Amino acid sequence: MSLDVTLQTDPGAISTDPIQEARRQIEICNACRYCEGFCSVFPAITRDKVFASGDITQLANLCHNCRGCYYACQYTAPHEFDLNLPRALAAARVDSWERFAWPGGLARLFQSRGEALAVAMVMGFALMFLIIAALPGEGAGFYAWLGHSAMVAIFLPAFLLPLAAIAIGLRKYWREVGGQRISVADVKEALLSAAQLRNLSGGQGQGCNFEKAEAFSDARRHCHQAVMYGFLLCFAATSAGTVLHYVFAMPAPYGFWSLPKLLGVPGGILLVIGCAGLLVLRAKADPDLGAPGRASGERGFIWLLGLTGLSGLLLYALGGTALTGVMLALHLGSVLALFLLTPYSKMAHGFYRLAALIREAQDARARG
Amino acid sequence: MMTIDDPARLGAETWDVVIAGGGNAALCAAIEAAETGARVLMLEGAPQPYRGGNSRHTRNFRCMHHGALGPLVETYDEEEFWQDLLRVTAGKTDEGLARHAIRTSAECLPWMQDHGVRFQPSLAGTLSLDRTNAFFLGGGKALVNAYYLTAQQLGVSVVYEAQVRHVGIEGARATHMQVEMAGQSVRVVGRTFVLASGGFQSDIDWLARAWGPSARNFLIRGTPYNRGVVLRDMLDQGAISVGDPTQCHAVAIDGRAPQFDGGIVTRLDCVPFSIVVNRDGQRFYDEGEDVWPKRYAIWGRLVAAQPDQVGYSIIDSRSIDLFMPSVYPPIAADSIAELAGKLGLPVDALSATVAGFNAACRPGDFHPQELDGLATEGLDPPKTNWARPIEKPPFYAYSLRPGVTFTYLGLKVDQRARATGPDGPYDNIWSAGEMMAGSILGQGYLAGFGMTIGTVFGRIAGQEAAAHVS
Repeated sequence: MSLDVTLQTDPGAISTDPIQEARRQIEICNACRYCEGFCSVFPAITRDKVFASGDITQLANLCHNCRGCYYACQYTAPHEFDLNLPRALAAARVDSWERFAWPGGLARLFQSRGEALAVAMVMGFALMFLIIAALPGEGAGFYAWLGHSAMVAIFLPAFLLPLAAIAIGLRKYWREVGGQRISVADVKEALLSAAQLRNLSGGQGQGCNFEKAEAFSDARRHCHQAVMYGFLLCFAATSAGTVLHYVFAMPAPYGFWSLPKLLGVPGGILLVIGCAGLLVLRAKADPDLGAPGRASGERGFIWLLGLTGLSGLLLYALGGTALTGVMLALHLGSVLALFLLTPYSKMAHGFYRLAALIREAQDARARG
Repeated sequence: MMTIDDPARLGAETWDVVIAGGGNAALCAAIEAAETGARVLMLEGAPQPYRGGNSRHTRNFRCMHHGALGPLVETYDEEEFWQDLLRVTAGKTDEGLARHAIRTSAECLPWMQDHGVRFQPSLAGTLSLDRTNAFFLGGGKALVNAYYLTAQQLGVSVVYEAQVRHVGIEGARATHMQVEMAGQSVRVVGRTFVLASGGFQSDIDWLARAWGPSARNFLIRGTPYNRGVVLRDMLDQGAISVGDPTQCHAVAIDGRAPQFDGGIVTRLDCVPFSIVVNRDGQRFYDEGEDVWPKRYAIWGRLVAAQPDQVGYSIIDSRSIDLFMPSVYPPIAADSIAELAGKLGLPVDALSATVAGFNAACRPGDFHPQELDGLATEGLDPPKTNWARPIEKPPFYAYSLRPGVTFTYLGLKVDQRARATGPDGPYDNIWSAGEMMAGSILGQGYLAGFGMTIGTVFGRIAGQEAAAHVS
């Protein structure tokens, strides 16, 4: 049996290269293994003795930044090994998203700069104001301000083009991590894990160590779930509206007891509460355990997501008043920014995370 | 818990229980005492990031049990536990204390869970321990963190970087501790005192005096803060000691490990599949005597006895994937001569040693996971298992040095963890953990038993001290 030990690093050689530094730390973890029960990353590490760059990318995207390993680690600073695995994996993770995104510079910009996201959102607002002012309305409710066909003409490409960009990025990811043919069982396993945010459970349901340092808490998992399910409900609401419009010839506006509203209102509320919660938790958490240099972009993204939900709720609440036009521009502007920035903002993490969970399900089945 | 950083506050009150130390035993004592309502002060010599002594580096707890208990499977009864202890200590133990620790361990596991400790299934590569040893989720530092949080909720006061210099004793009663804190010497007055501040292995001068000058080449696997200051002070005042004062428990670890605190990752598991030579390129012991978990402990001593206290474990490419990864990359070369050059070993001597070993190997089946009986013939010392020629490049080497885990010298205690003075048991001084473990572990080591001793006697010390106050 042979092993490519030339991949192995000196445990004392701290590197500025994200992949190399993550490799150094993962090798130390693999020689220790005390954290095996916290999440999927550590059992995955034990399947190898040396780590190619693709292995590092996979482990980095599998990590949910629960931070359990950091607070349990006997090698954190001031120890000379200076372990900070949550940070090292976060650095390798954002590095991979930026490498896989096209154009990469755009990803770097929006993932590191909250101001850039804010500017994008304001530009979205301005664009929508201009369009609403320029085009005639053609129906009831908000369609009186912006016609249905104009909306489709703007948002269909704004939705599909970023998805195509993400698909290209995911393909690069899959190649780099050596992904195999995807089976239904892999996807099911990954979706179950994502649905419960199993990797933020601390391994035993006690939660993660995000905002309370060495004490455990489920706050982040719950907030993240509110955001995730809120977003999915909002997306379902839009989908329901599309079906009602085209299949049942029932155009908006919809009353409260309609599917789009019954899905969208709770979704919007969950999204707003979840985003607000995440921002509060972030303010308490130690920034040194997250991706270096990305805090502003990550915060900006949460604001954008939260404002998308909030403006949607306000649009509904203020429907029929003179403010409808303004709210419509604000809501559609934020939705536009959110959609267009999907491949270049923290939004991308959902796609890569799911890919990593699918790959982990495959690998665990093959070699577990 | 209040973290105290004002020396004046420390000396301003009479504490019910003053504890020297901040590891597992100290924490168990603090929690037990605080649960009775006692005012408890913990004096941890290390700064906060390094709190917890050697408990920080531990990973499991050896525990007697009948039927499944927590993460433990099947049954591990008192007699089997006792026989295991008897074997590793070669009888150098106190049966009464040992059996007491063994019996009490069973009720400790649920107590640990009740006080925040979480367990996980046996780690990959440690399946043989899933009946005897309960692994901490996240390891010993996670356990230490959980206990500090529990102590905080119970109102225990903690001072970090507080070095106890002297225990003030009048007759059989301790009255105070002289504590160095923030550059000042503070007199801390208490009603009872628990000493749980570990052994002396990090005081290299002491180690060198006890073991000999070669100890200066030893590495210390754990905390640099176990310097035995309190132990020395107590012995100077006539406290009765147990354990061989000259001995320490040492295993062979990677020679490139840090001087202190390298912990678990510096271990090296390649010896059984290798030949080990000394500075002069000569073999000195049967590398294949037994499976590594049963032999790693003796290799600390074996390497300590070699010139410059260093050894080199040499394998070829066929064996590189047979053992748990070492955290240090191997030194690689395409020939034995090149390898000798890289290691700074005499080329001719190493080449001759490898050639002699290869010539003594016999055909047979090599089975890395079991004693395969593949032995050398006519070689001294022999290699009695896994003797396969080292001939397929690249060749790899790891350096070995003795890594000290703990020292055996400690305070003599009774079953109630009370320390013993020149005229019999002290009225109000108890001791727990590594500081008194020599009573039970006079020689050798049993995985996870240090935490058993610390938990059992830490809890007893806390209970007894609190009872003494009330």
